[in-house]
Amino acid sequence: MSRAGKIARRTFLIGSAAIAGGVAFGVVMYKRPHENPLLSGLAEGEAALTPYVRITPQGITLITPRADLGQGAYNVQAVLIAEELDVTLDQVAVDPGPPSPAYYNTALSHDSAPFASTDDSFMAETTRAVLDAPMKFMGIQITGGSTTVPDGWEKLRHAGAVARETLKAAAASQTGMNTADLRTENGAVILPDGTRLPYTDLAATAAQIAPVEDVALRDPVDWRLIGQDMQRLDIVAKSTGTQTYGIDTRLEGMLYAAVRTNPRQGGAMHSHDAAQAETMRGVHRIVPITGGVGVLADNTWRAMQAVNAIGIDWDPNASYPENMEAHWQALSDSFTEANRDSRFRDDGDVDTALQGADTVQAEYRAPYLAHAPLEPVNATVLVTDTRVDVWTGTQIPRFVQQNVADITGHDTDDVHVHVQMMGGSFGHRLEDTVVRQAAELALAVKGTPVNLTLSREEDMAHDYPRQIAMARGRGAVANGQVTACDLGIAMPSVITSQMGRQGLPIAGPDLQIVAGAWDQPFAIPDYRVTGYRAKGLAPISSWRSVGASSNGFFHDSFLDELIHAAGADPLEERLRLCNHAPSRKVLEAVGDMSNWDAPLPQGTGRGVAYCLSFGTPCAEVVEVTDTPGGIRIDKVFVAAEVGRVVDPVNFENQVQGGVIWGLGHAIMAEITYADGQAEQQNFDSFPFMRLYQCPDIAVRGLENADTVHGVGEPPVPPAAPALANAIFAATGKRLREMPFNKYMDFI
Amino acid sequence: MKLTVDSTLHDLDIEPEMPLLWVLRDELGLTGVKYGCGIAQCGACTVQIDGVAVPSCQTLAGDVWGPVTTIHGLGTPDALHAVQAAWIDHQVAQCGYCQSGQIMQAAALLAETPAPTEEQIDDALSGNLCRCGTYPRIRAAVKSAAARLQEAPE
Repeated sequence: MSRAGKIARRTFLIGSAAIAGGVAFGVVMYKRPHENPLLSGLAEGEAALTPYVRITPQGITLITPRADLGQGAYNVQAVLIAEELDVTLDQVAVDPGPPSPAYYNTALSHDSAPFASTDDSFMAETTRAVLDAPMKFMGIQITGGSTTVPDGWEKLRHAGAVARETLKAAAASQTGMNTADLRTENGAVILPDGTRLPYTDLAATAAQIAPVEDVALRDPVDWRLIGQDMQRLDIVAKSTGTQTYGIDTRLEGMLYAAVRTNPRQGGAMHSHDAAQAETMRGVHRIVPITGGVGVLADNTWRAMQAVNAIGIDWDPNASYPENMEAHWQALSDSFTEANRDSRFRDDGDVDTALQGADTVQAEYRAPYLAHAPLEPVNATVLVTDTRVDVWTGTQIPRFVQQNVADITGHDTDDVHVHVQMMGGSFGHRLEDTVVRQAAELALAVKGTPVNLTLSREEDMAHDYPRQIAMARGRGAVANGQVTACDLGIAMPSVITSQMGRQGLPIAGPDLQIVAGAWDQPFAIPDYRVTGYRAKGLAPISSWRSVGASSNGFFHDSFLDELIHAAGADPLEERLRLCNHAPSRKVLEAVGDMSNWDAPLPQGTGRGVAYCLSFGTPCAEVVEVTDTPGGIRIDKVFVAAEVGRVVDPVNFENQVQGGVIWGLGHAIMAEITYADGQAEQQNFDSFPFMRLYQCPDIAVRGLENADTVHGVGEPPVPPAAPALANAIFAATGKRLREMPFNKYMDFI
Repeated sequence: MKLTVDSTLHDLDIEPEMPLLWVLRDELGLTGVKYGCGIAQCGACTVQIDGVAVPSCQTLAGDVWGPVTTIHGLGTPDALHAVQAAWIDHQVAQCGYCQSGQIMQAAALLAETPAPTEEQIDDALSGNLCRCGTYPRIRAAVKSAAARLQEAPE
């Protein structure tokens, strides 16, 4: 409370900021602390100690407000609380909680400040602290930017500790004993004689006393859970088909729905003819919606069949270039002063250094990419006169609540969002178009729940893809060293596009245009990174690792080209240039893991790449063999510095998955537009890595840094450049455009 | 139309051209069977018919030639199949959405080929897409399930 009080007396003039994962805010003054959302739902005898713990006589519930997209977020949040609360995970229920402004995400706002995450200067720290306040004001409960662990690291453990100490105080008050004589263990306060007072029995008393706020977090040597191998809470359900996802929502009297909307993003529907569809078996209703039409039926397949039988006249105009040539041309034309968005890195004097020098020059390209989580986007909505209920997998429950209220005309408080387990997201569920469509359909049949599932084709065609991007590098080398690097990156603004769909106008530079490039810890004497904003291109959205997903490839590939031009060793020269100790450690780690100096046979190659993103330095070494059937990826070695590895098994799984995500897309996937329509609509034309293509991936987590960072996204950016650098080492061919299979065969 | 699913006989009034996937999910409520692509490209909908792994999204109800086994019939949280137990031991799942299909495919492989080689594992499971990238754990879990089954055949 004291902290909130302090902030309330400040005035903030930060303006808008663009951040990873998609959050924005205007100039605001933060007025009062958020109400505790758990208090309103409590009955007599219940206590809510903090917004993350709920204890009733019936049981203990840990509230895990960051969404679970498959990354194990529920588990890791529960572990952080349980570590201090002294409960075991089988004693508690885990609940994502209702959408509430009290669950603001501080770590996201930290990543929106224009300071590299390696910068701990006074200016950087001050700005990060100030940015917290508007995040609170906006109450943005967002999952993204690899922030679940960094955001919860202090908050969740603190919540557990406050709860524990307050329960001890409650026990002291009940028994007349001294708090100092009490201890806690497995969900109970233990009296000196060994008597156990279960937390559930202390809830009523704890509700009557002031929370004990002055608590110290435990010393790491006393941790029981953090850093230990543990079984994920959802692993049995996910291995037996008993885990339900949003798509599995089943309610009494529910109708199943399918929709078709203009294949040009955001396009309108002129007219439709549903005469045939109306007569098809199981069809209840045809409902026009924004940009298209929906069918309500008694079965998803029947709804999909019927929607495909509707004749539709679409608006033929797209709000962006119709074909790819024009998209690339627009990017190429964006490297101008008028389009300059940022130049946060400008060391030395690049112009002078490159004048007359024998420069190395290169141009790189990264395509649009679909998110395509395996569970297609879906939402179930029930509208009645007094309330709306929404069941959906979402990373932005507060926006969903507001947008549904706008459609149905209910008060926001009467819209209840039940966040469901998600079958992947990769940023896709930072968008809520499907929820808005389901709300429009459900409004037409008040009192009847409607379960809308997009077909894979409808989902992929209307995915707001990863940004398309282009980079141009110029650099110089001397005496076996890289001496100058000038990198320009052109892309559309993902944050402006994404937040625009939420009605939030964004001003100022978009850090994502240069993320993973401007903020890299290399001491190149003359070193400049410039962002250029491309305009008028297709709407885009945050895709696992956002700007760094393209920029990590651009920056590290060009660095590799410079190092080769200098005749230096790729690992040694990166280490020589790197001026951030934890980053040097991850480079050294992959050197050690891959036995970097050991020679490889002819036709094989080894490439190293490094990228700092979301505060996590990550290095990867890829080994490839040039076989008659194409390039085979043999091995990948990854090291990431996260401060603390909370759950080692999940850490390894996340890192391996991030590497596979990066490699799979770099090799074979892209979204292209023709006549304004995405040409890829399913996994036949938008392929991904398969089991037989998957290399061995060795993972090492480092814990040298004093801050904690996430690992969902950071392994993605170094994967593509490490592969391209390995292919260069094996074949002498430099790949500068993804997907690589445009230029080379792969196994 | 009569269909035997997970040892239960159902009499259904449905179109024979309805894909088995939607019969299982929307008519019988067996939601452990997943829709991912509808064109047999991802394998999330994999079930077994007479022990053979098939994509249920491309198998029409009228063409089902034998008893159907879904993930629910393979094993349950209280009575795990060896493959499910291995999946739990190795903590394979991230989002978990593809895993019903992966497990059904792996169980069919091991029933036919109790000690598969790396190549046989790759061949059998490469039709099953995992966007989270759990492949290294899938590989390890299949091997461990094979060992488990050989020690204690069902």
